[in-house]
Amino acid sequence: MATTTIPGGTIGSQIGRSLPRLEARDKVSGRAEYTHNLRLPGMLHGKIFRSTIAHGRIKSIDTSAAKKMPGVFGVYTAEDVRKVIPNPYYGPAFHDQPILAMDKVRFVGEPVAVVLAADPHAAEAAVQEITAEYEELPAVYDEIEALDSKVYVHDELKPAGTFADLKHLTGRKQTNVALDFKLRRGDVEKGFEKAAHVFEHTFRTQKVLHLAFEPFVSIGDAKRDAVTIYTSSQGPSFVRTEIARLLGLPENRVRIRVPYLGGGYGSKLYIKLEALVTALSLLARRPVKISLTMEECFYQITKHPCTFRIKSGVDKEGRIIARKCEVFWNGGAYADVGPRVTQKSGFTASGPYDIENVHVDSYALYTNVTPAGALRGFGIPQLVWSYESHTDMVARALKMDPVEFRRKNILKKGAAQATGTPVNHAPLEAILERVASRLNWGKPFDKGTGPVKRGRGLAIAIKAVIAPTTSVAVLNVTADGSPILYCGTVDMGQGSDTAMAQIVGEVLNVPAESVRVVPRDTDVTPYDMGTLGSRSLFHMGHAVRIAAEECRAKIEALRKDLGEPEGSNTPVAELFKKKYGMQAGNIVGSGTYKPDYIPPQPGTGLTTNVAPFWMVAGAGAEVEVDTETGKVSVMRLINVVDCGKPVNPKIVETQISGATLMQLGFTMFEKMHIDGGQVTNASLADYKIPGIMDVPAVMENEAIDTVQPNGPFGAKGVGETATFCCGPAIANAIDDACGVRITELPLNAEAVYRAIRAQQKKPLEDE
Amino acid sequence: MTARTISFTLNGEAVSAEVANHHTILEVLRNEFALYGARESCGQGLCGCCTVIVNGTAVSGCLYLAAFADGAEVTTVEHLDADGRLDPVQEAFIEQGAFQCGFCTPGFILMTKQLLDRHPDPDDDQIKHYLSGNLCRCAAYPEIIKAVKSAAQKRAVAR
Repeated sequence: MATTTIPGGTIGSQIGRSLPRLEARDKVSGRAEYTHNLRLPGMLHGKIFRSTIAHGRIKSIDTSAAKKMPGVFGVYTAEDVRKVIPNPYYGPAFHDQPILAMDKVRFVGEPVAVVLAADPHAAEAAVQEITAEYEELPAVYDEIEALDSKVYVHDELKPAGTFADLKHLTGRKQTNVALDFKLRRGDVEKGFEKAAHVFEHTFRTQKVLHLAFEPFVSIGDAKRDAVTIYTSSQGPSFVRTEIARLLGLPENRVRIRVPYLGGGYGSKLYIKLEALVTALSLLARRPVKISLTMEECFYQITKHPCTFRIKSGVDKEGRIIARKCEVFWNGGAYADVGPRVTQKSGFTASGPYDIENVHVDSYALYTNVTPAGALRGFGIPQLVWSYESHTDMVARALKMDPVEFRRKNILKKGAAQATGTPVNHAPLEAILERVASRLNWGKPFDKGTGPVKRGRGLAIAIKAVIAPTTSVAVLNVTADGSPILYCGTVDMGQGSDTAMAQIVGEVLNVPAESVRVVPRDTDVTPYDMGTLGSRSLFHMGHAVRIAAEECRAKIEALRKDLGEPEGSNTPVAELFKKKYGMQAGNIVGSGTYKPDYIPPQPGTGLTTNVAPFWMVAGAGAEVEVDTETGKVSVMRLINVVDCGKPVNPKIVETQISGATLMQLGFTMFEKMHIDGGQVTNASLADYKIPGIMDVPAVMENEAIDTVQPNGPFGAKGVGETATFCCGPAIANAIDDACGVRITELPLNAEAVYRAIRAQQKKPLEDE
Repeated sequence: MTARTISFTLNGEAVSAEVANHHTILEVLRNEFALYGARESCGQGLCGCCTVIVNGTAVSGCLYLAAFADGAEVTTVEHLDADGRLDPVQEAFIEQGAFQCGFCTPGFILMTKQLLDRHPDPDDDQIKHYLSGNLCRCAAYPEIIKAVKSAAQKRAVAR
């Protein structure tokens, strides 16, 4: 008898199996298919000439010398692009980004012209011969300056029109604010008046890069009325819709094919090189491939830097009664998905706490730097960095134990979160207690006596999954009974193909290994909103489950039709043979999933159903701080997350550990240095990412034992969850070790040493 | 552009190719022999995604000029299962789940083979030393360390 009522029913043989990824053998033998491997007959390579200034009007572009270079097929600018795409602006929220710079350039590195050649070296050499003259304009780089600056990155806002909540911004001029999201709960000012203590702090995060090891790559193969794009994209359905719009074609004339991705982390969403290779292929009448170098990736898309002013009013019992959050997102020169980051993260900007009066203002700002988009967390890691550092600072100032302070204020089961949506399935308390217990909180801790001090800290976080979004799947059971799954979720390393095969296997009672998952191809794989925000296992998982259940029902009906006795277990292949007289036919099931959702009220951001599920995380850190050098060593890093029922426990553990190690880089050392708009460390030689030497001595990863009641087989996503808490847990541990508080990432030795010296009243001089 | 013909042994087979002076071994493997397991990522010899073995030593294929491979013995990841069976290092990487996106994996596997050829029973420091020149953005490092140890055991049993 089923002991649970979660969608999908009893968990049998496939859910909870730690089988290796379906494509594991291809990956270890170097044979996995990536867009990089692909060459088409007659294909040309494109190399990009980029802006050297941050903001300016284009006076002239001289391509004559480049055109004369040996092996050059052609050189193209925005003028040419306009011949094939009259209105060449794209973007998911705003149609603000030109395929090649038109009239103006808005950041260093913006594509201005492209050389095509059969030999990429010939194209590269010719790019050096292009010159451009600009009328340089003042530029704005900082998000706070952008708020009141008289320098406007765009003359006029151009919302895409697909989002109702952006429509009011149409035509707005003389502003760099692309979106202002407001959440108003209670009366925050009255709350501050009533409070016994009020604390206000400002935190900042830096500009960092996804740095997927497979750099951006796309191939366009465009004919007048049909286009095929092979691309390393996390969102093939969006690419199809947007390219169709740009070309004025129906969606069925645009085909997007996506093999495995060599990493994505949010960078390969929406349009990146796809529109450019399409335009070039139309102009050249040949297939065109553009593969970026690693240096160029620093000028494609980054994470949002942010400034977060947070103010809390606390009563004399230590209860937070009012919290005001002002968050400023540095979106760079083009909006990309920044307005969505601004809004969706705004829902939880006040943290996983039960606060009567909440006021959130979250601003998406244009600046003259590389555009910013989603990076493994959709803004949440930046917010958690701030509110969990702040929470510890408040607890310490009140002389309260940081865990006790959190216990007192944490959102309890059923309580309304800041938006008004109740948190029914967000095991915050359990996670806080697990982290505290793993840290032996409350027990004696050796803090060190010499110059090396030891400390520990923790953090907790909540995220509302992005909503509402849709996934569609089709399952085809072939004549020998082997299933083929068509689903648009992109496997970029998170193991989605394997997880979806496990769901099919569970429903049809076959081994997951026997399920073939078709590589993404919009001509055959149905619609999916995108592989982002840890949404796929929940949304696509449901769609796949529904498709498989439909197939199962049809198989049972066939059994009945053929007069099979009740409870017969005749193999599916035999049923087909009986029905068609030979190995023939197939059974097709489809599933569409879109969760319930109530949009937040404009102006207040309030709703009783902001998201179908919450993502909840906690982290604990033990650190050693060398007070003579500022060097911080993370000795122990604990992550406890809620991902519902793990479909594949081994892959879940790798996701938890990999996410937190990536965040460890963003926490401890990664930073894009920008000087006059120019990234001065745009290479792996100068931009350090975590290597094998940076792994903490002890890592503990735990998915707490729970199910997500409305998830497919009790599951939900886990890709981002372990990124949330790493940063503030470490900053809180540093404070515990040596009493200094760092409010800006990264926590490198210089930052820590400066803080130690400042605390000793012997501050170091600025650079 | 000066071109020359180089002859070398590629995965056990005698081959030759026309190469220009500026061509890297990586480009030649990709363009002339359709071998994609070694791949360019950072382009500076820092990430290890392009690792190939030349005369028994792991090199960065994105920096190693093809002309230098004239007369050399070159091995790529595609050769490890030439007899239809995975190498113990490959098996161990699968069993330990030592990768996610898989883009860096061939480089890690070739470098692990190099490590185990020289230190059949490596300790943690040796593993980290050998693999510090290979980067994994998915950060499957804990699983990779486990895989290296498991591969060492598999090779010890096989001997």
